[in-house]
Parts: sequence; C-alpha cells; structure tokens
Amino acid sequence: MPVGDRDHSEGTSDAPLVLVEYGDYQCPYCGAAYPILKRVQKELGSSLRFVFRNFPITNSHPQAEWAAETAEAAAAQGKFWEMHDFLYENQRFMGDEAYFAKQETKLKLDATRIAREAAKGAYSSRIEEDYMSGIRSGVNGTPTFFINGVRYDGYPGFEPMVAALKAAQKAPSRKK
Amino acid sequence: MPKSAKKALPILKPGVKAPNFTLKTTPDQSVSLRDFLGRPVVLTFYPADWSPVCSDEMGLYAQVMPEFKKFEAEVLGVSVDGVWSHLSFSKDRKLNFPLLSDFEPKGAVSKLYGVYEEDNGESARALFVIDKKGLIRWSYLSPDGVNPGAEGILSALEKLR
Repeated sequence: MPVGDRDHSEGTSDAPLVLVEYGDYQCPYCGAAYPILKRVQKELGSSLRFVFRNFPITNSHPQAEWAAETAEAAAAQGKFWEMHDFLYENQRFMGDEAYFAKQETKLKLDATRIAREAAKGAYSSRIEEDYMSGIRSGVNGTPTFFINGVRYDGYPGFEPMVAALKAAQKAPSRKK
Repeated sequence: MPKSAKKALPILKPGVKAPNFTLKTTPDQSVSLRDFLGRPVVLTFYPADWSPVCSDEMGLYAQVMPEFKKFEAEVLGVSVDGVWSHLSFSKDRKLNFPLLSDFEPKGAVSKLYGVYEEDNGESARALFVIDKKGLIRWSYLSPDGVNPGAEGILSALEKLR
C-alpha cells in the first residue's frame, strides 16, 4: 500500500526518503528501535519522511490493540505523534489506563473520549487495514521497516539504518 | 548448526499430489489430510514449539486466520513435538488451528514432504498450499530462523480461485 494522506507521518510529503515502520506498541523490539528512529530522523532532517503503521501482534501482546486504538483516538484529536511517542516511552506502564489518561489530559486531549473509543474499537478497521497492508508486503513481525518501498532487513541500529537510507537516497528513485 | 553444512532438502514441488498422512493432534484425536479434501489446506512445517521464531510464525497465522478463512482454507501446523507440548504451546499462543505431532515414527511425515532435517532431527520451516483436490499448488522452504510470513500463502490461495 503506497504511503499517502491516510498515513501518520512526520517530515514533508516530498522528502526523497520515506521510511515506513510497521510497529506494535507493546513489542519490546519496537520499544528499543524507538529512540534509534528519533536519532535517525534527526540525522537525516528534512530529507526523511517517517511513517508509522499499526501491526499489533495481539496474541502475544494483550495490550497492543488497546495501545493502537489509543494512539489512533489521539490522532482523531490531532495528536497522534504525541501519543505514539508517549506510548513507546512508557511501555512498562502498558495496561495502566489511568496513567495514560493523565498524560492525555496533560496533552489537552479528551481522555474520556479516547477511553470510550479505544474500548469499543472505534479505529479497528483502520488498524486492520494497516495490519493487512503489512501482511501483503511481507511483514512477519515487528518492527519491520521499508525504505522507499523496499523492505529493510538489516539490523535496526542507528548506523546501519542511516547508511541504508543514504544509499537509497543516492540510488535512482524507484517507487515511493 | 552452520548454514553451510545444510544440504538442500527434497521439498515436494507444485503439481505433485500431496501424500496423505494421519497424525495425532491431541492425545486421543487424529487428523488425516484426506479429511480436508474439498477445501484448500495450508500445511506449515516448523522446527519446534516454543522457539522464538516459530512462535511468531504460528502466532502470525493465528492472527491472519480470518484472511485464510476467506479462502475456506484449513491451516495445519506440523512439528516433531509431542501432543502435550503442542497442547500447551497452542494454549499459550492462543492458536486457532490444529498442531499435528510428527512424533512417532519421528519425522515420518516431514520426510514424506521432503522437509526433514536429519542433522538436528527437526522439520524445516516449510509451507505447502494444497488445493481442494489434494494437489500441491505451492511450496516454500524458508531459510533457517526466518519467519516466512503470510504473504506467500495468501498469494498462492488467491491463485487457486
């Protein structure tokens, strides 16, 4: 599924590099990749657009679906990335809904609405769409990354990712 | 085991009739491949219950089940683990398809499909899509330690239509 307006993204839409992450908020490997991605984004600046898509692995991560719903519910109030970041920065509190509600209030979000929407799975079709787009692109676990549409199978560390991105930037542009 | 030590396995290829087998799925229940004639079958061999990659793979298939069901496909997992291990593993990972125990004689069905690794006594990670007439239509041998995902299976199922 090509990156488009439906996606949550950071950076400009005409950036030469597009990095897509399929992630699960409760996945420890995604949690470990989170600060690395922040550094990668800083390093590449305006040449990078970063996209996050949901890939909750619900049978091993019982809170993953709730977390994805919560981030999407925050997105509906215009604060996806704030919630996305907070979830990854507070993975150890996953499941403590009161803890996250406090942060939502701090972010001037309607926490009651988020809780209500997350409980009824208001964004489940969007999450499912993300998930299936991942399955059809060959995602088999989290995190899985795509650089300009090509799966990145290297180690999710700072140096190798920056190197792969810079190499992709030099390569003649293929599909985005 | 170093990868270089591995010999190419004689995995059954598309166009071949899928050999029938009967394996235990619980201590007192068995399933036969021929029970599923009339429906596509996804046969997924994996090395062992509990090992991290397998867990991801089987868990992934459990989660993608609604998609497989759109093709009315049955999913069967096969490894050399015993039924008690399968039961416990299946419960822990909330699997929604049967795990078959290729336990006695050990690896016999895996050998039949050309996906038994003699060196370590486990099934390789391999996938077969069998059509409703019992013909293998797609097969895939995954490299060691790599979860093959579900995309290949879904594409193969689409082609059956």
